[in-house]
Amino acid sequence: MSLENLVNLGARYRVASVLLFLLAFPWLMPYEALAVNILIFGLFAVGFNLVFGYTGMLSFGHASFLGVGSYLTGIAMVHFGLHWLAAIVVGVLASLLAGLVVGYLAIRTRGIYFSMVTLALGQVIYYLFYKAERWTGGENGLRGIKAEVIDLFGFRIDFLNPMTKYYVIWFFVALAMWLVSRILASPFGAVIEAIRENEKRTAACGYDVARAKLLIFVISAGVCGLAGSLRALHLSVVPVDSLHYLQSGQAVMMCLLGGMGTFFGPFVGAGVFLYLEDVVTTLTKYWMGAVGLLFMALVLFFPRGIWGTLVHQLQRRGLLQVERP
Amino acid sequence: MSQTPFMEVRNLSRHFGLFKALSNVSVSFAPGQLTAIIGPNGAGKSTLFNVLSGALSPTSGQVFFQGQDITDLQPHDYARRGIAKSFQITNVFKQLSVHENVRVAAQMRYARYELFKPRASLRSAIEEADALLARVGLSALRNKTVADLAHGQQRSLEIAMALAADPQLLLMDEPTAGMSPEETASMMGLITQLARERTVILVEHKMKLVMGICERLIVLHHGEFLAQGTADEIRNNAEVRRVYLGQG
Repeated sequence: MSLENLVNLGARYRVASVLLFLLAFPWLMPYEALAVNILIFGLFAVGFNLVFGYTGMLSFGHASFLGVGSYLTGIAMVHFGLHWLAAIVVGVLASLLAGLVVGYLAIRTRGIYFSMVTLALGQVIYYLFYKAERWTGGENGLRGIKAEVIDLFGFRIDFLNPMTKYYVIWFFVALAMWLVSRILASPFGAVIEAIRENEKRTAACGYDVARAKLLIFVISAGVCGLAGSLRALHLSVVPVDSLHYLQSGQAVMMCLLGGMGTFFGPFVGAGVFLYLEDVVTTLTKYWMGAVGLLFMALVLFFPRGIWGTLVHQLQRRGLLQVERP
Repeated sequence: MSQTPFMEVRNLSRHFGLFKALSNVSVSFAPGQLTAIIGPNGAGKSTLFNVLSGALSPTSGQVFFQGQDITDLQPHDYARRGIAKSFQITNVFKQLSVHENVRVAAQMRYARYELFKPRASLRSAIEEADALLARVGLSALRNKTVADLAHGQQRSLEIAMALAADPQLLLMDEPTAGMSPEETASMMGLITQLARERTVILVEHKMKLVMGICERLIVLHHGEFLAQGTADEIRNNAEVRRVYLGQG
């Protein structure tokens, strides 16, 4: 089989390709905890990309959904002693609800106003959690999430072993990626792309734009919430900056670095961002400077991002025939 | 009471601040007819078009479609009831392929919020899109990105997208705007053809263009109804000659 065939096969079965890659991923990283981190933030960026890259709405409040997912999973375990699986469900449901509220209030605005409203609502959620010290630990974050050994249908899984942890989280990421892929390939996936391209025409075609936007916003919040829930298990604490707007900004950067509006781009972006953070921090504390330079270079010279440029070049040269890899 | 008109507006006014774009206009449209709304610049043609297509809500007055009051409905509700439009300024999905543009438009009748079925499984939408592309002469450009198309081709795509909804009423706002004489001629041919299948209302600035093909013309002037009738009647109407034809 030629390389070209392999590329096309990989693009046609994008979920399988991504998951196979992620299975081998820990061996490519200097240490496993970084791989776990990239896995979680990759999922966060993928969720954010649904709204940003596919629907064309720049939200600056997506940290809320990551944070709400983390906190509610943590609270369910620490204060209510819920099983970790149930706690993940609680985290995801809570972020879906948060997405519904924020989305409902924000989607009536467009462009910069949408960004500002999501930013403001994100900060409201931040302060709510910051002030609810009894439940959230306030400034110190939520501590005491017991996830050293987790129980999976009677099997006891050692969650301190980073490799085991990686593959448990991989399973949830796999589910979410499959779901996201299905949604993007669906008729509804076509509608959100149409909204990104031209809202007026989409409405003239007979689609209820406001409803479609709200639906994708809620789905996006749910995916980001799942990333948050997994992060709470991974860290055993929930730091209060999970909800901070800087975290929302990171999602934007990850999407732009990797390639907004592509299936795997946000994952690549998250990987590059966190890898650089990790490697450059050992050299200088000004690691943001290095990321910033790379970011500017990409925005100026490769506005499609790393993955987006690769896909575009392959398509332009006729090596990749799949329309939506 | 005679038969309910296909589409009707009653006492329609639309103001933009102090500017009265439309004042107290009442007209009705018969099914199956090709009607043109004409008038000099600033006559209120586009405003009336936007109200008929649901893009603007009137300041006062009502809009009826097949006997039902649709004045307060959203633009997408108009589309779902069978009113499709092509815009004066091309409004298409620029970064999507030519075929996907029409396919999305056709998809509306089959699935809107379907989240799990692959879009490729909606065979009818795919086939209808191909048939429409053939009809407007864009088949060869099927897989091109729309942004790479020439202006006239984007205009044709716009028509194909409006038709993809299989509308009962097709509204067209200056369909030949910015087209070359050859493109204009073929567009007029297409419009004549479409008018045999369904009701068409078009807004046109160039009066000569529509005189030959329209069964009925409605003339607006300064936002008010001025006259209506066949091409001959309009041509011989003293008022119309004064405000419109007289200007050369």
